[in-house]
Amino acid sequence: MKYVDEFRDPLAARALLREIAGATERLGASLERPLQIMEVCGGHTHSIFRYALKDLIPPALEFVHGPGCPVCVLPMGRVDDCVAIANEPGVIFTTFGDAMRVPGSKGSLLQARADGADVRMVYSPLDALEIAAANPGRDVVFFALGFETTMPSTAMTVLEAKRRGIGNFSLFCNHITIVPTIKAILDSPGMTIDGFLGPGHVAMVSGTAPFEFIAAEYGRPLVISGFEPTDILQSLLMVLRQLEQGRAAVENQYARLVDPGGNAAGLEAITEVFELREFFEWRGLGSIDHSGVRVREAYAAFDAERRFSVPGARIADPKSCQCGEVLKGAIKPPQCKVFGTACTPQTPLGALMVSSEGACAAYYQFARREPVIPIAVAA
Amino acid sequence: MCLGIPGRIEAITRPEAKLALVDVLGVKREINIACIVREGEPLEECIGAWVLVHVGFAMNRVDEHEAMLTLQLLKELGDAQVELESYKTRAVV
Ligand code: SF4
Repeated sequence: MKYVDEFRDPLAARALLREIAGATERLGASLERPLQIMEVCGGHTHSIFRYALKDLIPPALEFVHGPGCPVCVLPMGRVDDCVAIANEPGVIFTTFGDAMRVPGSKGSLLQARADGADVRMVYSPLDALEIAAANPGRDVVFFALGFETTMPSTAMTVLEAKRRGIGNFSLFCNHITIVPTIKAILDSPGMTIDGFLGPGHVAMVSGTAPFEFIAAEYGRPLVISGFEPTDILQSLLMVLRQLEQGRAAVENQYARLVDPGGNAAGLEAITEVFELREFFEWRGLGSIDHSGVRVREAYAAFDAERRFSVPGARIADPKSCQCGEVLKGAIKPPQCKVFGTACTPQTPLGALMVSSEGACAAYYQFARREPVIPIAVAA
Repeated sequence: MCLGIPGRIEAITRPEAKLALVDVLGVKREINIACIVREGEPLEECIGAWVLVHVGFAMNRVDEHEAMLTLQLLKELGDAQVELESYKTRAVV
């Protein structure tokens, strides 16, 4: 019971786990045909491992870890582009810390820095803008990545750069949008996902409308979920309830932060600065239509892809990598041939091992904690 | 990188850039509050509000009690420390 006692409300968690166990049984799930619920967001993956939730739910109920960690789905070629830009004379390349160790075909940004490139870690795109203001003789590039949650921040930073007339600032835009990728997963042959936990902080910006098609067209329940253990358990139960009732709808467990309409100011900034790309390449998943955004023509001066010659090569993942299969839920991380041997958080081969929101790193870091008594049985 | 952490708006520092001083567990830094300002509302009205902070931007308002519970859980598990370390990071200009 150790882990449940760490929850915000252990009593509520116990009650939820009992109800989850009951619903799983009533739905007739078995080890041979488990119920599979995909958590789309890397923040959820992190929590699921952090709080050992997967050990607390019945064995016939499975979390499938989705592609919602922006660092993890960054293809090698894009990392190579970063390194190329960082190596341009006079460039200061700025990035969130998570992205520093993602392997490219010619090494990571961390290695580029060790080799002499001026690569700096920042907390916020606004910090990158301050660096630009303080170094008018240098070209400051910010490595913009993330889903809708992070898009307003970079869009507003571009608008602020324009307002202040800071001309030596640009974005290397790698923002992606999760919805087309969920659709690609739903369309993939042999898809067995029964329902989804929707990304709470993406929905906080985008609102709930973009997710409606999952219920309406694919008949799968989706519950937008918060990130604390009790949030995730409650959302899981809401998905199971829908399955029991034979319904499929988009429901919002995270109403304390997610307004169904999203965030107006954030959406306005996104629409002003970004437009959809025809396609974007995802590590392990390949090219997905309309799954990324780029800087609009009107803000071309702030677009690193227009300001620098970016190699833009498509580089296949190393042969031994099985990131794609893990991302699609086809195998679990420890089933990858190099998991824990050639590929560890210290020396990641694949990006899923880089960030603690990546399924492989989360598995490596947390799955080896002492076993817990499955509470659903014991309580 | 998608988690964020609750903090409280202490003061408006640069109104033209919608920047405010936000306190997260005693650490203060400038945060952009454009996403949480209600239409037509003077920026000063935001002082005292609790917000969810993500990469230098206040993404939404949170209830004070809710914020306290979240912070307590993050602290107990050591996750607050990770968020706080990056929150403390000042740009090396
Ligand atoms: S263990 Fe490494 S190579 Fe294998 S799937 Fe995970 S991140 Fe990819």
